[in-house]
Amino acid sequence: MLSQESLQQIDREIAKYPSDQKQSAVMAALRIAQVEKGWLPRDLIEFVAAYLEMPAIAAYEVASFYNMYDLEPVGRHKITVCTNLPCALSGGVHAAEYIKQKLGIDFNETTADGKFTLKEGECMGACGDAPVLLHNNHKMCSWMTTEKIDQLLAELENK
Amino acid sequence: MLEIEIDGKPIQVPDGSTVMEAATEAGAYIPHFCYHKKLSIAANCRMCLVQVEKAPKPLPACATPVTNGMKVWTQSELAVKAQKGVMEFLLINHPLDCPICDQGGECQLQDLAVGYGDSKSRYQEEKRVVFNKNLGALVSTDMTRCINCTRCVRFTTEIAGEMELGQAFRGEHAEIMPFVEKTVDSELSGNIIDLCPVGALTSKPFRFAARTWELSRRKSVSPHDALGANLIVQTKHDVVKRVLPLENEALNECWLSDKDRFSYEALSSDQRLTRPMVKQGGEWKTVDWQTALEFAANGLKGIVRDHGPAAIGGLASPHATLEELHLLQKLVRGLGSDNVDFRLRQVDFRADTSRAGIPWLGMPVAAVADLNRLLVVGSFLRKDAPLLAQRVRQAAKRGLHVSAVGPNAEEWLIKVRHRALVAPADMVSTLAQVVVAVAAEKGLAVTESLAAGLPAQVSDEARAIAQSLASGQKVAVWLGSLAVQHPRAAELQQLANEIARLCGGVAGFIGEAANSVGGYAAGATPRAGGLDARAMIEQPRKAYVLLGAEPALDFADGVAAVAALGSAQLVIALSAFDAESLRETANVLLPIAPFSETSGTFVNCEGTAQSFNAVARPLGETRPGWKVLRVIANLLDLTGFAQGDSEAVRAEVLVDGKVADLDNGLGAVEAVPTAAAVGLQRVADVPIYFADPLVRRAPSLQKAKDAAVPLARMSAATAASLGIQSGDRVRVSGSGRVELTAVVDDSVANACVRVAAAHVSTVGLGPMFGELSVERV
Amino acid sequence: MSAHGLILAGVDGDRTWRLQDYVARGGYAALRKIIAEKTPPETIIAELKASVLRGRGGAGFPTGLKWSFMPRSFPGDKYLACNSDEGEPGTFKDRDILRYNPHTVIEGMAIAAYAMGCARGYNYIHGEIFEIYQRFEEALDEARAAGLIGQNILGSDFSFELFAHHGYGAYICGEETALLESIEGKKGQPRFKPPFPASYGLYGKPTTINNTETFASVPFIMNMGGNGFLELGKPNNGGTKLFSISGHVNRPGNYEINLGTPFSELLEMAGGMRGGRKIKGVIPGGSSSPVLPGDVMMDCTMDYDSISKAGSMLGSGAVIVMDETTCMVKALERLSYFYFEESCGQCTPCREGTGWLYRVVHRIENGLGRPDDLDLLNSVTGNIMGRTICALGDAASMPVQSFIKHFGDEFAYHIENKKCLVPPEVQYAGSQIYVSPSC
Ligand SMILES: Cc1cc2nc3c(=O)[nH]c(=O)nc-3n(C[C@H](O)[C@H](O)[C@H](O)COP(=O)(O)O)c2cc1C
Ligand code: SF4
Ligand code: FES
Repeated sequence: MLSQESLQQIDREIAKYPSDQKQSAVMAALRIAQVEKGWLPRDLIEFVAAYLEMPAIAAYEVASFYNMYDLEPVGRHKITVCTNLPCALSGGVHAAEYIKQKLGIDFNETTADGKFTLKEGECMGACGDAPVLLHNNHKMCSWMTTEKIDQLLAELENK
Repeated sequence: MLEIEIDGKPIQVPDGSTVMEAATEAGAYIPHFCYHKKLSIAANCRMCLVQVEKAPKPLPACATPVTNGMKVWTQSELAVKAQKGVMEFLLINHPLDCPICDQGGECQLQDLAVGYGDSKSRYQEEKRVVFNKNLGALVSTDMTRCINCTRCVRFTTEIAGEMELGQAFRGEHAEIMPFVEKTVDSELSGNIIDLCPVGALTSKPFRFAARTWELSRRKSVSPHDALGANLIVQTKHDVVKRVLPLENEALNECWLSDKDRFSYEALSSDQRLTRPMVKQGGEWKTVDWQTALEFAANGLKGIVRDHGPAAIGGLASPHATLEELHLLQKLVRGLGSDNVDFRLRQVDFRADTSRAGIPWLGMPVAAVADLNRLLVVGSFLRKDAPLLAQRVRQAAKRGLHVSAVGPNAEEWLIKVRHRALVAPADMVSTLAQVVVAVAAEKGLAVTESLAAGLPAQVSDEARAIAQSLASGQKVAVWLGSLAVQHPRAAELQQLANEIARLCGGVAGFIGEAANSVGGYAAGATPRAGGLDARAMIEQPRKAYVLLGAEPALDFADGVAAVAALGSAQLVIALSAFDAESLRETANVLLPIAPFSETSGTFVNCEGTAQSFNAVARPLGETRPGWKVLRVIANLLDLTGFAQGDSEAVRAEVLVDGKVADLDNGLGAVEAVPTAAAVGLQRVADVPIYFADPLVRRAPSLQKAKDAAVPLARMSAATAASLGIQSGDRVRVSGSGRVELTAVVDDSVANACVRVAAAHVSTVGLGPMFGELSVERV
Repeated sequence: MSAHGLILAGVDGDRTWRLQDYVARGGYAALRKIIAEKTPPETIIAELKASVLRGRGGAGFPTGLKWSFMPRSFPGDKYLACNSDEGEPGTFKDRDILRYNPHTVIEGMAIAAYAMGCARGYNYIHGEIFEIYQRFEEALDEARAAGLIGQNILGSDFSFELFAHHGYGAYICGEETALLESIEGKKGQPRFKPPFPASYGLYGKPTTINNTETFASVPFIMNMGGNGFLELGKPNNGGTKLFSISGHVNRPGNYEINLGTPFSELLEMAGGMRGGRKIKGVIPGGSSSPVLPGDVMMDCTMDYDSISKAGSMLGSGAVIVMDETTCMVKALERLSYFYFEESCGQCTPCREGTGWLYRVVHRIENGLGRPDDLDLLNSVTGNIMGRTICALGDAASMPVQSFIKHFGDEFAYHIENKKCLVPPEVQYAGSQIYVSPSC
């Protein structure tokens, strides 16, 4: 279900915890699985749970509790914009509006070509860099002026 | 001990108590939802907030440890304000339509809302709606009503042993659910219905059947497994509508297995036998009782006259009541025969001549908590005795080391430390190895009479088991149904006794059925050279009195039983249900009352005799079995059948309501020559929802996962050697032959095929033990 | 980014986070000295107590005291956890510490492990800063390779294994027991206390949890002595502290200053008010601390006691500055949405109450407010506060109460006139996409 490389990464995470506490690696394992598959379908969650010898519903609890796991398919590029108050005071909301307009989608929607999904994010711990957005959960983009947004979207369009 | 004052009342409580426990002790009621005495503390509902001296905030009573000198007020202004505040929060998203809720009238939220809720809601926003979940055939959901107390989640994880429910998502979106598309399949699942304080989880079979206040409640005892769970049976117009646990800390605590809880549906099954019938010229005719009883009595008279009393045999189900079993053996003996038995699935009766008393668990059920070593021999523990297994599960969490010997290693949701997974034919030698190793560990000598036959080699598993047992202070060895049904059951018992002796512990029997102990107490076993259950089948009788059993499904070898009974001149069957194999073999069918419609007694595995009364009037022309037996005896002019009520019958068996001679002691057992096993061996379980005539006919239980059609299960190695894969159709041949679907299952010992008994699809295979061959079709 | 203070002193953007740079700045000297001299753990804890280092995670609990709660002679494993789950709106200091000076956290944790006898530690890193997590992993590799963490540290018999655990988007995991649950591979739902982590923490073992900045301060305290650190600040408020300034200022960012520095000076360091506009309100310690009117704030010094006297909390040191273009109803609406969204769902008052609060504020903002809504909000917050398992209930309530208290007129205007006191175009002008001149 997962590539050898992903499994190796998961094994490295498991090694961080006491040997009888494999479940501790579930967050990392779900993250690694999601990076490989783009989102977390049910059978993937079940696979991860079995790999870590934990109940499937316990893994599902985790996958549904933390915001950054996607339980539904998302576009190739998931863009999460922080609109929380500190960011909003420096244009977070405007940046989100701008992206909505450019892509023609609202929050929690995906463009027809399946390339972009837009999400509204909560505080990312980077309020000083507002507006900030997150590309595919792992890459943070700071001080997102309209020009920088144009540039980013253009780059991603072809990836 | 700690001193605490609750609402001005000083009391002493043990160290480590919580305020909630102290309040219960003091008789003060603190409202609560998430707290449950048998579950871990979650402290999430916040309903139990109380005022504690010096604490700036109200504290949850369920989670706050008592400290010495603490002062608590459960109804002060601060406490009540906090409780009311919580109640308001609980209600804002909860539907306020109690009249249409199935929990209406027995809802903790409804009850408390009356005292703590405000009449008018300040919440003007839209209420949350939560989609319902499919939890299977037994539990119905109305998840919008859920208050997220997580009792159900904690139950599955902590008591049932497997997390089948969780709380997914977070915040206001939190939802209780099983993993996507899964159901709750635990054999204890129904308890979450009782635990749910609101109407989120309700009984599917009971759904909208009645309102709680319309039901009359009577106490009863479960007729299924050997634990004897105590029941509250609720009826409306003489129909059983629902079964709930009657709390008994010594036995079922506050739980029931699903079998105990939902089998009542069969009581109103259309397969109930409601009128006496007689077969004439191959045709079944409904007759009146007088005709049927005279037919039966005259028939018996004729057989005695023509063939002598030994031509008569009495065969009873171990689920029959003590009173029925007693009158049956008395009737058979009154006719001059000693052929009577209730151990229909057993084949080895060598112990009968050397047992010291009545076989039993050897200890009280509640004493499981004190054990620190347990060896389980030949048992399907979890499905055979769900609540006993539950006790073992809890004890195992607190340090009980469990080991097992047998051909089956299916999931018990109990940590099994050591296991010898061996074919049935190797169980005796494996247990003998454990004896050798225990003796060595303990530096003690093995009883002389046993010493000769002991093996020289000890396997690693046997040694590990022995070391575990030898290191224990409180040790028990339990023989399960497979051990009892085993062709060398007597030797297994002897070895178990020896292990227990060497360890200073006890050996005992889990028990197959509700009256496995009671049958012995009632004397329903041959005493004076009469034939046992197996012999009565192998040496067919001219006449049989059959009590509460189905020939095809309730015997060690259904094929042989049907043949023997079918060839008899006369079979008088007393049964609550109509059944094909009864119609095939019997000449007269007498409808007798199931447990709910008669008074009676079951003696459970720990030897406690539990009597019960009828909770409903007999259906149709059904009569209590003990009365039917008494009348037949009267018609035969036998003496000693003048009992006016079932208590009088019971008084003939029990002294002061107790079973006198419980004793697992066993003298020398006559050896039998045993040929080395070749080929594949059968491993037969009696599936939980096919185990007796009542449960077989309970529609909702029949939809549960545990009621799936039996498969031919074998280990990967065995399957590979036969060129078989999961999903293949296979022909399994023993003395008979059946076609089944194969599945690879490494919980089955190598060189064995597990094929369940007690199911129409497998009856044709014949005996529960023995050699089989398997081939792909 | 400022280059003064202790933790941020001498660090120069992305270039100087490596082990060699840290060592060049005097890093790991404290750990080496402790190991070489076999400093008794009590001495370390005494130094810490003398420094009056107060936890930088929000509650301001004295760190030395916390460390002294760990059972000395516990036979089994003991754990250490670093809380880098910074997700409190307005707070972004731990990210910079890990980004620019990760080794000071590693050294601080190693010293803590030594002082409390912990054999294992985890740094729980906020989900959205994956790149920082990766950098911290690299720093751990460096430290491990140099024998500064792992088995037999610097050849001694002291061993301490340290790992990073990456969160994945849940503010509640910043609460210390939720954080432990999360490390255990569960959803982050806080535990009821007692028992406290010092007796029943990670995997049920004694555990101490501190904030990133708290650990980062430890090496400096060891080097300069407890008193030296204390003297940087003011009595009961020892040392320097990082302040994350965001909102309507010219140079948002992190500023490490001595505790007790006037707010006005901090504001000046941050370039003053954007566009020279008037200061309206300040949330001084992260979104859950009560908002203060601008003029009250201008009279405060930046330390625990002064802010607390003014009716708020220093919290995590996240200063959110709002100017006169801000609609306070909209500001509160966004914060209330946050707490509603981030409630873990475990306990009733928070699960049910945060949604109620948000919906009412949302209604007011959208012109559907009712006359008794403000009383309702105050009453609902009263029913949440102090009745929940963890402090998120309080955190969600304090903004509501303080916004109504200080800007009640604005709320009343909204309810009455179904519109905002601050015209929409003014609001828009004040909070447009803005890029600080310092970047
Ligand atoms: C809802 C909530 C969120 C919190 N978030 C954080 C956080 O992001 N970072 C942090 O260090 N402490 C946070 N805390 C405080 C921690 O529970 C804990 O007090 C702190 O990590 C202790 O470290 P300290 O003593 O060094 O401050 C939070 C507390 C609550 C109730
Ligand atoms: S379904 Fe019932 S038992 Fe389960 S959490 Fe909800 S209210 Fe509690
Ligand atoms: S009963 Fe105490 S919090 Fe639920």
